[in-house]
Amino acid sequence: MIEIDSVTKRFGDFTAVNEVSLHVRAGEFLTLLGPSGCGKTTLLRMLSGLETPDSGTIRIAGEDVTHLPPYRRNVNQVFQSYALFPHLSVRDNIAFGLRMQKTPKDESRRRVAEVVELVALGGFEDRMPHQLSGGQRQRVALARAIVPNPSVLLLDEPLSALDAKLRKQMQVELKRLQKRLGMTFVFVTHDQEEALTMSDRVAVLDRGRIVQLGSATDIYHRPGNAFVADFIGEANLIRAELVNRENGTTRARAEGGLELRVPTTSWPGDAKQALLLVRPEKLCVSKKPVEGAENLFEATIVEEIFQGAFDHLVLRTDAGAVLSAVVPNESAIMEALHEGDRVWCGLHCDDLVVLSAD
Amino acid sequence: MHGFLGGASDNPHARRPRVWGWVLLAPMLAWLALFVVAPALILLAYSFASRGALGAVQFGFSWDNYARIFLPSDGRMIYVDILRRSIGYAGLTTLLCVMIGYPVGWFIARRPPALRERLLMLVMIPFWTSFLIRTYAWIAILKREGLLNGLLKASGAVPHIFPEPLDLLYTPTAVVIGLVYAYLPFVILPVYASAEKLDGALIEAAHDLGAGPLRVFREVVVPLTRPGITAGMLLVFVPAIGMFAITDLMGGARVPMIGNVIQNQFTKALNFPFGAALGVVFTLLFVLSYAVLRWLGGRKTEKAK
Repeated sequence: MIEIDSVTKRFGDFTAVNEVSLHVRAGEFLTLLGPSGCGKTTLLRMLSGLETPDSGTIRIAGEDVTHLPPYRRNVNQVFQSYALFPHLSVRDNIAFGLRMQKTPKDESRRRVAEVVELVALGGFEDRMPHQLSGGQRQRVALARAIVPNPSVLLLDEPLSALDAKLRKQMQVELKRLQKRLGMTFVFVTHDQEEALTMSDRVAVLDRGRIVQLGSATDIYHRPGNAFVADFIGEANLIRAELVNRENGTTRARAEGGLELRVPTTSWPGDAKQALLLVRPEKLCVSKKPVEGAENLFEATIVEEIFQGAFDHLVLRTDAGAVLSAVVPNESAIMEALHEGDRVWCGLHCDDLVVLSAD
Repeated sequence: MHGFLGGASDNPHARRPRVWGWVLLAPMLAWLALFVVAPALILLAYSFASRGALGAVQFGFSWDNYARIFLPSDGRMIYVDILRRSIGYAGLTTLLCVMIGYPVGWFIARRPPALRERLLMLVMIPFWTSFLIRTYAWIAILKREGLLNGLLKASGAVPHIFPEPLDLLYTPTAVVIGLVYAYLPFVILPVYASAEKLDGALIEAAHDLGAGPLRVFREVVVPLTRPGITAGMLLVFVPAIGMFAITDLMGGARVPMIGNVIQNQFTKALNFPFGAALGVVFTLLFVLSYAVLRWLGGRKTEKAK
């Protein structure tokens, strides 16, 4: 659906997007994820035509749109600020795109009614934007962008202005809407949780480049480098040295002297050093020795942070490494873990991700 | 209602003034009562009086002064004609000011903030010089042996394009040039104020939804800067219609506008009552044009509320 081919965009000395190539499939929900300044919004704006690449080409639905102005592209955008026209009612805002396309009045009225139904804005058609709540404005922006039936819908952090609860709800609704319409969505966010929840695929950007492209589970469980590992979810990143490779097992010594068995196949070649990634929820913490864990070591809970459904624990292993772990909250049948407790930590070697050290 | 200068009277926290509010307002109210309401009432009283010997005012109640304005004498209604001409010149001035000032105000508002301030400064700088001196400068430019004709001669435009030096001074053209020059900032500033508030994302959104530059201008930019346009029009039209200094200096006696006629009644003809009647008609005309503009502006912005 979208073919981005080694596209570069500079602003003065700053290279916002650097030789990026990316193919977006038809009907896919693709998220551009990265910290602010990583180039994700610039990339999106080049898809909508609000910015023009310095080099490279962009094709949408087979057509070269690299230098096409936004009003000649069959692509619509949901803006971060919503950008609703303050002088037009909800109905006129939504119908704006159809009016620009000179859609016949009857058809326009029918399509607006349909989309109003779709985003559950019935009864609000005659309101002005300033009379709506944040969530309603968001729906109007969404309706306005999908009613012209674009081949691609671009969303620039559309949920960032909503409060946490509404944001969660809209994530689910957006995903549902996308499935129902079968429309290609390109979604920009800096919120990794949002990206994981909604996307078919996620492109992680850093300093103008795509550093990893894959499904949500891919980038979470198998991050390609330390940046992705650290940016997505919580991560214990531990520097480790190769100890030995014998009989199909590889052992490494982590900083602080903790020795761990790591998956042989993933150790990078004959490197002496590597980074080990341990997701906090992969650590099995218990007062009794954990069964079936290839790596088992003792630790002390130095901090306990209550997070509602979960407890966040900071552990100091006897070998001196500091790790964070996430465990389910205590319950009648689950043991309670508290600050100062001595515990066993179990870690299966397949739950360890080995990353190149540099 | 919407204020003309993009007013923020929608503020839901706006409260009715209590005691302290009135105390703070008192100096202003006193000033208005003393220097606006009272003189207007005196003017109204004068307008029904008549001129005695040596210009003394003889009070009474007669419509004679108004009849002199609105009834034809010798088949001509010179005062109505002058009024009409005044409206025409002021209207033309307003139109030209909007046509020139709108793009300027828009342009300045769309610059980066640091540059914006410097450009606004350029708009204000002429105000540092006395208005009369600037008008005299225009005389020096437009007169027969002035700067403009000098340039035309030096460049060969005279006699090749124009056979004769241009006789601009003391013509309606000169008056309109002077008026446009004097009132241009009064369009630029309010247009700037409303354009500066316009969120650039709205223009992008309109482009994104398929509107080309012209349609964006018509559908988004004009409606959202309308308060600035209306304020600018009002700020130009109302004073331009009564202006007498520029018409005096640049139009000579040949292009009298209503302001000049009124001034003459008071200073030369010493017919205070007739001058007062002209003044009353003139004031009513202001109120009327204000109401019309306000209604036009309000009708359009009503939807935006």
